[in-house]
Amino acid sequence: MAKFTIIINEDRCKGCGLCSRACPQHIVALSKTKLNAKGYRPAEIMDIEACVGCAACARTCPDAVITIEKNA
Amino acid sequence: MATIFKKTPVLTDTIMHYCPGCGHGIVHRLVAEVIDELGIADRAIGVVPVGCAVFGYKYFNIDVMEAAHGRAPAVATGIKRVHPDSIVFTYQGDGDLASIGAAEIVHAAHRGEKITTIFINNAIYGMTGGQMAPTTLVGQKTTTSPYGRDKDHCGSPIRVAEMLATINGAAYIERTAVNSTANIIKTKRAIKNAFAAQMERKGFSLVEVLSNCPTNWGMSAVESMEWLEQNMIPYYPLGVKKEV
Amino acid sequence: MAKKLMKGCEAVAEAAIQAGCRFFFGYPITPQNDIPEYMSARLPKVGGCFLQAESEVAAINMVYGASGSGARVMTSSSSPGVSLKMEGISYLAAAELPCVIVNMMRGGPGLGSIQASQGDYFQTTKGGGHGDYHVIALAPSSVQEAIDLMQDAFDLADVYRTPVMMLADGIIGQMMEPVEFHPAESKRVLPEKTWAAKGWDAASGRPRAIINSLYIETEELQELNDRLQARYDAIKANETRCELYNCDNAEIILTAYGTISRICKSAIALAAQEGIKVGLVRPITIWPFPTQEVHDVICAPNVKAALNVEVSAGQMLEDVRLAVNGEKTVEFLGRPGSFVPTAEDILNRIKEMRRA
Repeated sequence: MAKFTIIINEDRCKGCGLCSRACPQHIVALSKTKLNAKGYRPAEIMDIEACVGCAACARTCPDAVITIEKNA
Repeated sequence: MATIFKKTPVLTDTIMHYCPGCGHGIVHRLVAEVIDELGIADRAIGVVPVGCAVFGYKYFNIDVMEAAHGRAPAVATGIKRVHPDSIVFTYQGDGDLASIGAAEIVHAAHRGEKITTIFINNAIYGMTGGQMAPTTLVGQKTTTSPYGRDKDHCGSPIRVAEMLATINGAAYIERTAVNSTANIIKTKRAIKNAFAAQMERKGFSLVEVLSNCPTNWGMSAVESMEWLEQNMIPYYPLGVKKEV
Repeated sequence: MAKKLMKGCEAVAEAAIQAGCRFFFGYPITPQNDIPEYMSARLPKVGGCFLQAESEVAAINMVYGASGSGARVMTSSSSPGVSLKMEGISYLAAAELPCVIVNMMRGGPGLGSIQASQGDYFQTTKGGGHGDYHVIALAPSSVQEAIDLMQDAFDLADVYRTPVMMLADGIIGQMMEPVEFHPAESKRVLPEKTWAAKGWDAASGRPRAIINSLYIETEELQELNDRLQARYDAIKANETRCELYNCDNAEIILTAYGTISRICKSAIALAAQEGIKVGLVRPITIWPFPTQEVHDVICAPNVKAALNVEVSAGQMLEDVRLAVNGEKTVEFLGRPGSFVPTAEDILNRIKEMRRA
């Protein structure tokens, strides 16, 4: 089981990609398959196993889209 | 399960109107997080400007006043004099603060007004469609400097943090940026220091945050952060300009 | 309470403090400097705050902040300074914020003169700033009346959530008259300022305070304007005031406000000595304008004509003529700038009108 859970509130996401730029593990990317209600491609986690829980993605996100939890 | 990061309740749930990747959203969140962490939400009063942040009253989950263009420091002065125990901040862009509101910000600092200003410098007028600001870089093309800003014609960009740091009434002045995770963390620390200076009644405090404007700069959000690093930070050096 | 001799500006300032004003933000300009000077000495002693702003623009925005915080607050200025405040007054009106603004008018346009004038009637009553708004405008004709109106100026502002302007002139500001202060007593039920910003406790049950004049959606702006216009209708219905002087059986009616109305009264006394019966309608509120009273007095069967007297090129004249609506002739005596007519000037004009 992954150490962390990342919840992306896809309807708030504007697909700017700053989270992807910020992630040191390069595991955040914009969806290639989905559009949200506003027509943006929301951010997705490619490989949650590689997440180190640094929260760089959440701290960079201009729309407070991302919640991060440490799994017990 | 422990929460490492979630949206602070000092931000409302309203989706912000800012363009994708706009630094305003980052700084709004940082201000809200600082208010939350300092435990001052019930005595914080915000004053939002004219410009892109004009709808700030929808996003900060506290009492907020919307000011006329550039007048936020005067409005904040009125609030602070009536409620000296409240924590009053203005949130202003560069057209609002450095151009039309230059007198108000200078004199709020000059009086040592016990308020905090969050100043977003993105080198352009955003809301009105990308016109030249006092902070626009030399050579930068905007909708009113289509050939690039010519310093012989309209001057060199104003360094607000350095200018205000010369004023006796200023207690804490720092310039930060939102181009990287490290700088975002530093920006939050600066905002906390600025609020602390107010809470300790030391005087006026301001954090100038170098931010981006992907839409009016004509680039993607990611490209805009690179542009900020390469062009703005060399002209607008980061760091604490004054601390008493 | 015994009468004492007091300068108009100082009396206005003292009356404001007695009416509960505790915050004053202003900027020096002649001929009203005695107001901020008096406030700077007195307000700190009654637990209030005087602050000299960097400009009139800043001062009116400090008023916005203080009013939005729930305080009784005032600013004062004179004509060119009031022009600078107009941006803020429009915002105050739109944000439904109460405050009192005193204008001790001087000669204009431009930098004009520092002598008394009445050139700001249009600015005061027709908006001044942008958008569809009004301020309640009180026009005292003596230092005593300025004192007597001040309590109600603040109360009107609070009841109707609107800026109230006291439009006086440099004569009232600068002259000394014997006056007396009556114990401050509000005749109105003042609403609690539940809308004011003071720091929001989510558990308190009150909604978050948002002091704002931005209504970006057409429908929302319409709602604000409908609310304001309904309020203005209520003000017109309930708060219009004027003095009718010697109007019964008069053949000539004068219309004038402020200090000039007192010169008109002198002219009426001179006319009476010559057997000419002249009356005066003196608006005390110039907005709302006493349209009905002006109409009814001037359009009475015995009245031959009316004469509007102002130190202006004829500003209130337009409202008088609108009130009369062509039913009688309304003539004009006045000059723009700072030339104040004498009682003899007015009497001579009355005689000319009778000969015509």
